Amino acid sequence: MTPRRTFLVAALTGAGMATLAPGLLLIPAQAAAGADPARRFAILIDVTRCSADCTACVTACQAEQGWGPQGLGAADPHWVRKVEATDPTTGSTLSLPVLCQHCDNPPCVDVCPTGASFVRPDGIVLVDRHRCIGCRFCQMACPVKARSFVAAPQDDQRPHMPRGQGTVEACTLCVHRLDAGRQPACVEACGRDGGGAMLFGDLTDPDGPLVRALAARAASSLRADLGLGGRIRYAGL
Amino acid sequence: MAAATPIFTALAANRRIGGVVALLALLLAAGLAAAHRVELSGHAITGMTNHVVWGLPHVCALFLIVAASGALNVASLASVFGRVECKGLAPLSALLALALLVGGLSVLVLDLGRPDRLLVAMVHQNPTSIFAWNIGLYVGFLGLGVVYLGLLIERRLNRFAAPVGLAAFLWRLVLTSGTGLIFGLLIARPPFHGAMMAPLFIAMSLAQGGAVFLLVAHLLSWLGAAQPAPETERWLGRLLGAFVAIQIYCVLLLHVTHLYAARDLAMERFLLRDGGLYPLLFWGGLVLLAGALLPLLSRRARPLAGAALTVAGGLVQLYALLIGGQAVPLDLLPGRVVRSEFGDGVPASYLPSLPEAALGLGGVALALLLVLLGCRVLRLVPEASR
Repeated sequence: MTPRRTFLVAALTGAGMATLAPGLLLIPAQAAAGADPARRFAILIDVTRCSADCTACVTACQAEQGWGPQGLGAADPHWVRKVEATDPTTGSTLSLPVLCQHCDNPPCVDVCPTGASFVRPDGIVLVDRHRCIGCRFCQMACPVKARSFVAAPQDDQRPHMPRGQGTVEACTLCVHRLDAGRQPACVEACGRDGGGAMLFGDLTDPDGPLVRALAARAASSLRADLGLGGRIRYAGL
Repeated sequence: MAAATPIFTALAANRRIGGVVALLALLLAAGLAAAHRVELSGHAITGMTNHVVWGLPHVCALFLIVAASGALNVASLASVFGRVECKGLAPLSALLALALLVGGLSVLVLDLGRPDRLLVAMVHQNPTSIFAWNIGLYVGFLGLGVVYLGLLIERRLNRFAAPVGLAAFLWRLVLTSGTGLIFGLLIARPPFHGAMMAPLFIAMSLAQGGAVFLLVAHLLSWLGAAQPAPETERWLGRLLGAFVAIQIYCVLLLHVTHLYAARDLAMERFLLRDGGLYPLLFWGGLVLLAGALLPLLSRRARPLAGAALTVAGGLVQLYALLIGGQAVPLDLLPGRVVRSEFGDGVPASYLPSLPEAALGLGGVALALLLVLLGCRVLRLVPEASR
C-alpha cells in the first residue's frame, strides 16, 4: 500500500473505533454490584399517618439524590410526590407519597428497548443511565407516572447519583444507602420529621417488623388491579 | 388492460426541481438545527413534559412510518396482486416507502434524549420490548425495500420481484402491527391499550400511504415526470376510498368498545366531548376523512383532492390519538379523585414548540428529498410518452 493509502486506512480505522467504542465498550457492568438476591426490600406506608401538609419524604429525597424543581413545570423531575386522594362519595381525603412501586413485573423493564431499565437481583428497579437512550417509552408504560425525564442540563449532582440530561430517572430505593446497610432517605425522614408512616424492611425476613406489620394489616400496591405487584405497599387506602 | 412493459427514465433537471430542492433543504436544515438545539438545551425547550412525553415530533414520525408502509401499496398491487396497470408506478412506490421510513426514523432518533447512543440501541436489544422488535422490523423493511426496488428497476431481474414483493407486503403488515402495538401493549394507558391498535395502524397505513403516494406522484408530474394514467389514478383513488372507510371504521370501533366499559367513560368523555382541543381534533379529523370519501368514490372522481383530505384528516386524527391519549389523566387510585402539585387527576396540557415543528417538518423534507434524489439518479419514473 502507498503511504497515503496506509494513512487513510489507519485514520478511518481510528475514527471508526473512536465512534463505536463508547457505545460498545464503555457500558459499565457493575450496575447490580452489591445486590443480595436473597433479600426483598420493601416499604409499607400507613396512609392514616401521612398528613397532607407533610413533605418530609419529598424534601429528603431531593436532598439525598440531588433533584428538585427547576422551574420547568410538568417537565420538572419528581422521584416522589405527595398526592391527595378524595373519596367522591364520603368526601374523606387521604394523603400519600407516590414513587416507583418497584413492581415484581415492571412494565418499564418490559418495554425498554435497550435493557437500560432493569431489575436488580434483590428486586429493585433501576435505570442504567449509560444505556438509556432517552426514548421515554418507560414513562409511557408506568401506571403511576413515577419516572421523570431529565429535560435540562444538571449541576450540583451527588457523587452517588449522576443525573444525565436526556435520560430517564426514578426512585432507586436509595440503593447506595441499602448497600451500606442504611435505610432509604425518605423512610428515615418520615420517622424523624414526619408522621412515622413509612416502615422499611425485608420481605424475606419472616420475623422482621415489616412482615409482621403486613401480616397484621391489609396493604396493597397502587394499581394492584394491573397485577404488577410491587415493593411499595399502602395500608389504610 | 394491456400488459405493456413500462419504460423507465430518470427525472430530468429543471428549474422547478431546483426550487423544490432548495425549499426542502432549507426545511431539513431547520430540522437539524432544532434537533441540535434540543440536544444542547434539553427537552425543556420543547412542549413535551413528564405527562405528554411524546409530542409533535412523534406525530410526524409516526405519520411518516405508517405512510411508508402504505406507500408500498402500488408496488404490492403490481407484484403481489398482478395489477399490470400499476407496474409503471411500482418503483416509485418502493422508493417512496423507503424514503418515508428513513424520514420518520430520523425524526424519532433525533428526538431521543441521547441520539448519540443510537448504537447502544442497535447492539443491546431487550427481547421483551416491542420497541426493540420494531427496530428490527424497520431495519428489515429498509433492507427488503432496497432489494425490492432494485429488482423492480433492473429489467433483467424483474422476474424475482414477485416473491420479494410478497415478502415485503407481509413484512409491512407485521411492521405496521408492531408500530400500533407500541401503543397497544401499554397496559397503563387505557386510551391506547388493546389489540385494536394493530389493525387501526394497518388501516391508517393503507389510507395515509396510499394518499401520500398519489400526492407525490402528482408532485413528480409537476416536476416533469409522466402523469399517472387517469384511469389508473381513478382506480387507485377508489381503492384509497375503501382504505379510508376502513380507517374510519377502526377508529369508531376503538371508541365504541371503550364507551361500553364503565371504567373508561370518563376517558371517552374527555377524548370525544369535554377535552377541549382533542375532541375538536378528533371530530375534525373524522370529518376530513369522511369528506375524502366524496371525491374518492363519487362518479366524478377527484383523487388528488381526496388524497389531500385523507392526509389532512389522518394527521389530525393521529395528533388527537397520540397527544389526547397522553393528556387523559391516569387513574392512579380507581374510585378516588386525586390531586397533586405534579398535576395528577387533571388533564395534561401540551403546546408544541417551534423546534418540535421544525424537527417534524425536517423529517418530511428529508423523505421528499430522498424521493427527488432517487428519481434524479435512478431510472424509475415512467417515460413521459407513456
